[in-house]
Amino acid sequence: MKRTVFMLLPLLVLAGCSSSSTWGWYVIDPRSETGWINVKFLLSGMGDTILISVIAAVISIALGLLVALPGLSTKRGWRIVNRVYVELVRSIPLLPMLFWVFYGLPIIFRSMGINVPIDPFWGAIITLALSDSAFTAEIYRAGIQSIAKGQSEAAQTVGLNYFQTMRYVILPQAIRRILPPLANQFIYIVKMSAFASVIGMQELTRRANELVVTEYRPLEIYTLLVLEYLVLVLIISAGVRWLERRMGADERQ
Amino acid sequence: MSQAAIEMIGVNKWFDTFHVLKNIDLKVGSGEKVVICGPSGSGKSTVVRCINKLEKHQEGIIRLGGVELTNDPKSVEAIRSEVGMVFQQFNLFPHLSVLENLTLGPIKARGLSRKDAEERARHYLERVRIPDQADKRPAQLSGGQQQRVAIARSLCMEPKVLLFDEPTSALDPEMISEVLDVMVSLAEDGMTMVVVTHEMGFARKVADKMVFMDAGEIVEQGPPEHFFTKPKSERCRTFLSQILQH
Ligand SMILES: Nc1ncnc2c1ncn2[C@@H]1O[C@H](COP(=O)(O)OP(=O)(O)OP(=O)(O)O)[C@@H](O)[C@H]1O
Ligand SMILES: [Mg+2]
Repeated sequence: MKRTVFMLLPLLVLAGCSSSSTWGWYVIDPRSETGWINVKFLLSGMGDTILISVIAAVISIALGLLVALPGLSTKRGWRIVNRVYVELVRSIPLLPMLFWVFYGLPIIFRSMGINVPIDPFWGAIITLALSDSAFTAEIYRAGIQSIAKGQSEAAQTVGLNYFQTMRYVILPQAIRRILPPLANQFIYIVKMSAFASVIGMQELTRRANELVVTEYRPLEIYTLLVLEYLVLVLIISAGVRWLERRMGADERQ
Repeated sequence: MSQAAIEMIGVNKWFDTFHVLKNIDLKVGSGEKVVICGPSGSGKSTVVRCINKLEKHQEGIIRLGGVELTNDPKSVEAIRSEVGMVFQQFNLFPHLSVLENLTLGPIKARGLSRKDAEERARHYLERVRIPDQADKRPAQLSGGQQQRVAIARSLCMEPKVLLFDEPTSALDPEMISEVLDVMVSLAEDGMTMVVVTHEMGFARKVADKMVFMDAGEIVEQGPPEHFFTKPKSERCRTFLSQILQH
């Protein structure tokens, strides 16, 4: 809690400075009619930011596991597949990847005779999920590798196949090493979702940009924007800490 | 005796360039008990692990019940249903109860109903003399109890052959005998067993055949009477005198 207050302090100072006539908080003052309309306009981006992030996270969690498994293989070929994917995806900056997915991918699809347009909503989700999956894959890999080899050998000797071994023996044990860092990755997605504004997705950042253009009050509007992300991220990290405590408690039991 | 339960003919294995098994020839008849001993690093675990395909051999033939092991998944599946394994470190599933440890294989791999699997599990828990610990987690049991649960877990798959890789080496001395007692009673019931162990008292009591390994080779094998009284090779004699001192 103390930490939160400290983080907000610089912003409060800024707000204090701005009481002089050159600063105009009226633009987002909920007590005035236009101010309230503006605030509602900005805050209503929250829904899309959260929706994009959640869907991207769900896809990334599934995709990450799919990418991690070949990385755990004893066969070199499979491990190379994993390494190439992770290194490649990890080294592409998000914005170029977003452009590639949004403007490039539909062309590939068309050339294959598939007619799926990619709208900003799904363009953003695909990019975020792709980009994040390299990190979730590494989280899975580390978590699964932390489980002793004897566990999968024992599972094999009682007749379980590869997927049953993962499902019933390895993942249930690895989950406490995997879940907290996975939840942490969600913060990455939420922050990176701001890039969706560039391809026209009306989430938090896009709305702030649009309002700045009409109102020309960047300081006030972007201050609110920063606060919106801050609140989101603080809520998630409180969740992560709760999860870490729970998993830790489980482990000690 | 009908055909051999296990047959290894000219088996060679390398870890990269390291020649870990050299021309292993070993025959285990149905119902026979074979005890393997030898110095650390001699390849005992590797022999046992090749028999149930936890390791691949590169040369030679391994047959189980007359059927040759290949790398095709069907063959691996077949082995797993006929060969049980007990590990030095127990390798129980820590996130499952004792009962669930025992029923996981029968339910998921054999398609038994939960009811049948639990009935079978309770039967074998009784067999290893811990009928009243079914609902505990492995961590709540002593080492000796954990190893007996591990034995029961193997028995629940109703294997034709049981492999033991130093089943008592990780145990406190006072718990060794409770595990050996269970193994002796399994032996008396006619189970085919391959046991890597340095418990020579146990070996004398149950072994039909002793195998001594050194540096990846089977240096000597034969009935325990000969093995303990007049070992042929110098290496075996030295080894025996060392471990029988304790
Ligand atoms: N996965 C592996 N990769 C490379 N070398 C290995 C591997 N497993 C075992 N070895 C080596 O093979 C040799 C035989 O190992 P093995 O475990 O079969 O010996 P052991 O007779 O069971 O010894 P111990 O009494 O210590 O258990 C050892 O030198 C060991 O270092
Ligand atoms: Mg060994």
